[in-house]
Amino acid sequence: MIPAAFDYERADSADAAVALLAEHGDEAKLLAGGMSLLPLMKLRLSVPSVIVDVGRLRDLQYVRDAGDHIAIGALTRHRELETNALLRDECGMLRAVAAEVGDNQVRHRGTIGGSVAHGDAASDLPAALLALEATFVARGPGGERELAAGEFFTGFLETALAPDELLTEIRVPKTGANGFSYQKFNRRAQDWAIVGALAVQVGGSTRVALVNMGATPLRARGVEEALAAGAPVADASARAAEGTDPPEDLNADVEYREHLARVLTRRALEAAGA
Amino acid sequence: MRAMRVEMTVNGSGRDHDVEPRTLLVQYLREACGLTGTKVGCDTSSCGACTVLVDGESVKSCTMLAAQADGASITTIEGLARNGEQHPVQRAFHEQHGLQCGFCTAGMVLAAVSFLEENSNPTEREVRLGLEGNLCRCTGYHNIVQAVLAAAGSSEGGA
Repeated sequence: MIPAAFDYERADSADAAVALLAEHGDEAKLLAGGMSLLPLMKLRLSVPSVIVDVGRLRDLQYVRDAGDHIAIGALTRHRELETNALLRDECGMLRAVAAEVGDNQVRHRGTIGGSVAHGDAASDLPAALLALEATFVARGPGGERELAAGEFFTGFLETALAPDELLTEIRVPKTGANGFSYQKFNRRAQDWAIVGALAVQVGGSTRVALVNMGATPLRARGVEEALAAGAPVADASARAAEGTDPPEDLNADVEYREHLARVLTRRALEAAGA
Repeated sequence: MRAMRVEMTVNGSGRDHDVEPRTLLVQYLREACGLTGTKVGCDTSSCGACTVLVDGESVKSCTMLAAQADGASITTIEGLARNGEQHPVQRAFHEQHGLQCGFCTAGMVLAAVSFLEENSNPTEREVRLGLEGNLCRCTGYHNIVQAVLAAAGSSEGGA
């Protein structure tokens, strides 16, 4: 399977990428590691006429201590996140979730920014960043703006990024090395989660996010409210499927996914020490 | 669409060709370079049969453009042996009979070489996780895992 024909442009800076997007408009698509976009293009579900390759922008590949948060360049590969000592100590959940993405080959190529911009509700990192209440930095023709993770994932494979914007940085809070769990349920190790549940302790409260339980990654607000009101984990996790709208496919129907959400949330909360 | 020039080092030799931008790395290796040891299995980045090393790291070449590999150093199964001597991972697959039909083998070997570069002394569980991106439709995983463990024990280094 070969993608439909396109013109290829390689951006040598973030500004050059933004200029290329401005020049080509809706016809253009940014290519980072390609782990999400290329499969869609091979299936001809995505047929951009111009590819703007930003995969080599070395100055957007970093994990830095920025004082009150950790700043991550959008083109940082999953392998770097998975092996990064600063992330392990300061935001252990993100390191652990990055290690669950795809397989080794995918983690060698895929980038955190690519995963975020693709906005797949079945992906691991968007839900993790939602639970962490990450901030995303986007650069467009008018300069940079910050977007909250809670407002970023707007629909099925849709985000608040404008077509002429490049995601440049992801900012996550310092949540420490421990106090989190990601329960990913799938049939084959490399697959997307049939359902996933994340729990993370942040500043004395517990946040819970769900993978593949709707068109976007979701916070399990009912669970969080119950925990904040002092409910035991078993009671709180019974509310995990509230407000979800899970897909139905060959792997699981709605009822089964709702069941998984409750069970996995309970396991995640127990493992996270909630 | 405009053709483009791509240059890369493949198994130590410089290669350059004019390609369509949509050319996949696996197509480039098989059709432009004539290196058919790299297989196309699922063509959806699931099975790992097309695994090659790009700058030393395992990558599924069906899900990478040749254009993205421009300037990179590629190792395929044809480039692993040195002076007629099999790579330690190749030798271990031979000695442990880590293959049945052989279709997944090139990808398995290259995934294992990359994995052992990152974890030179793995447990069996780590080997199984490390090869999660490679499927063997003969389900011959047992000997493959034994081969990788044997190579880790005997390895004098990676690629």
